[in-house]
Amino acid sequence: MNSEIVLRAQNVYKSYHKDRIEVPVLRGVEFEVTAGLITALVGRSGSGKSTLMHLLATLDQPDRGEIHFRGERIDNATSARRDSYRNHDIGIIFQFYHLLPELSAVENVLAPTMIGRSAWNFFRHRKEARRRAEAMLDRVGLLHRASHKPSEMSGGEMQRAAIARALMTDPALLLADEPTGNLDTETGLDILKLLTEINQDDGLTILMITHDDSIAEAADRCHRMQDGQLRQGIPELLIA
Amino acid sequence: MYRWLLCFRYLRTRYIALASIISVTLGVATLIVVNSVMAGFSAEMHERLHGLASDILIECHTSGGMPDPEGHIEEIMKVCGDEVVGSSASVHVPAMLGIEFNGQLITRHVNFVGLDPETYDNVSHFGRYLLHPENQSQVKFDLREDGFAPDRDQFPESGWNYRRARVAYERAFAVEQARIDSLRAPSGISTSDDMGPSIHIAPPSNIFKDTEGATASEFDPAVEQYPGVILGISTCSSRMRDEQNNVKDHYYCRPGDDIRMMFPNASDNPKVVNQKFTVVDMYESGMSEYDSTFAFCRLDQMQEFRGMIDPATQARSVTTIQLKLAEGADLNAVRDALRRRFPPNIYAYNIQTWRDMQGPLLAAVRLETTILNILLFLIIAVAGFGILATFFMIVVEKTRDIGTLKALGASGGGVMSIFLTYGLLLGFLGSGAGLVGGLLFVDHINEIATVIENITGQEVFDPTVYYFTEIPTIIHPFTLVWVMAGAVGIAVFSSVLPALRAARMHPVKALRFE
Repeated sequence: MNSEIVLRAQNVYKSYHKDRIEVPVLRGVEFEVTAGLITALVGRSGSGKSTLMHLLATLDQPDRGEIHFRGERIDNATSARRDSYRNHDIGIIFQFYHLLPELSAVENVLAPTMIGRSAWNFFRHRKEARRRAEAMLDRVGLLHRASHKPSEMSGGEMQRAAIARALMTDPALLLADEPTGNLDTETGLDILKLLTEINQDDGLTILMITHDDSIAEAADRCHRMQDGQLRQGIPELLIA
Repeated sequence: MYRWLLCFRYLRTRYIALASIISVTLGVATLIVVNSVMAGFSAEMHERLHGLASDILIECHTSGGMPDPEGHIEEIMKVCGDEVVGSSASVHVPAMLGIEFNGQLITRHVNFVGLDPETYDNVSHFGRYLLHPENQSQVKFDLREDGFAPDRDQFPESGWNYRRARVAYERAFAVEQARIDSLRAPSGISTSDDMGPSIHIAPPSNIFKDTEGATASEFDPAVEQYPGVILGISTCSSRMRDEQNNVKDHYYCRPGDDIRMMFPNASDNPKVVNQKFTVVDMYESGMSEYDSTFAFCRLDQMQEFRGMIDPATQARSVTTIQLKLAEGADLNAVRDALRRRFPPNIYAYNIQTWRDMQGPLLAAVRLETTILNILLFLIIAVAGFGILATFFMIVVEKTRDIGTLKALGASGGGVMSIFLTYGLLLGFLGSGAGLVGGLLFVDHINEIATVIENITGQEVFDPTVYYFTEIPTIIHPFTLVWVMAGAVGIAVFSSVLPALRAARMHPVKALRFE
């Protein structure tokens, strides 16, 4: 197994301020994501797991500490580098899918490519990009819904479209924030199965954030978030 | 690419943006229509103002005028000969016009001009505004047979035909009057009670008693004419509506009639010259200021009547020298050069450009156009505030999408450009529709005016006030460009604040926005 560390958080602190009162969320978190594995980050609501994911995705910045992506410090990188990191290096899926309602499924999948390229560059390679987007939709079993808008799709289909979108730029890491949190059990298991297949078939590294212990059982590694700090171990032990 | 895609999708799905587009469209269309009509009015007015006034006017204030006009013109050519393409000398004098109408005398104050028919058209478009087509190409002060104002249905019969018929009628009237008087005289019947209050119609000779003695008494109006005069059409007519609300012109005299002019002679102790003239044509420029105050005769006759000929040398004086300058010449520079040559402390000359003379009127039109443009641009500015409000709503509505875009790697500038591009598209669509609408409106403005008149019963441009049959419009491409650019600029400027807000949105807060 490839034991390369894709993503590392070192001694990360993050607090929020409400009415001049400091609310600490993360207190010196040390965390690693190993290449090729599904890593689960479990914890109760308010434990700080989503905050940690936002820091890892550079959607927010830590008060202290460092985030490294493949050895490169990413948390204090330039704005352009962080945009590029989110666009090319990682893929993100959300609990509420966050598809753009004006665009069809295939256009949503194309969105990261459109964002990452200039209009001219995209125009020149539009057929190739569209073929890849359709391949991604096919990969998640949604090709027949390519021209449908999000409002015409079910929750499971929207999450599949979001996964296809996250895979579009061939990222090194997939960050999944409660990917099954808004779905019924059966559909949630289907999504989990899909993620597992992608991990096994393509070797894609996945960091999955969930409050559901049963979902975390599918992970190779599990970290439990508690009061802004992490406990690390194999899933069975942590969940037990 | 995603910016354009999202902009087009927002345009198709956010119908509230249509309200902004319509506001911009209306503003742009109104600006184009108003500017075209104002430009048309302005050009028409310039042409008519300039039609009679030459580029440069040198007026002498003394009653005797300036002697040796040829010498003056030579001197002028030395100063600015390169710029001058035409010159003409004339005599301008205030006069009283007397028209006999139904046995009564109508008097009007006029500016009486003695002009040189050979050179006057070199400095102005005087001929263009005469009613007789042959006079338009070469003005003559001899009465023509007929054929005046062929494009007017209502214009009464004029010329020698009319004059002969009128004289014949007057003579028959006089004979009949004499016969009736001879029959009544012996019976001693008074007719004063039978006359009633109606106007006593009498031949013109009753009022215009000839003062020229024996020579005048031998004058036969059926075959002879007095010195020719061309009257401004409003000096001898009035325009009003009849019972059917149709516009009708009423003429107090017409070509072929005789009128009287009273004006001062050129001596140091002025006396009134009382001279009969025969109307040979009428002048209609469409500028009421000119049409109601000007009358023209031949320069040499005017000089004789006023005594502006030196008995010793036979040199003739004039009061005015008019100059026509080459296309593109700097009027003010030529005027200033002439003022230096003829300084006001030595010469009692007033040297002006035609713009100086019409300065207040031209300035008023310019001011009116500027104020209208400002007011109409405020309409587009209001549309801009509409865009601002709409965009703020859309930014709030799209907060989670903005977060999503940032999570997918869109930069703040990229997000900002979505809304700026959206504003640009709204501006282009709105002003494009306004451009098409405005141009169509201008193209069919007369038909539209007719429809409005039919609906409201009110004439949009009352022909008793405005002397044109069609609304004049001119479309300047530059005006279209700046109106379009202004509208698009306002639309883009209005979207800056919402776009900035979107660009600065924190992605995590945006994603969590409920």
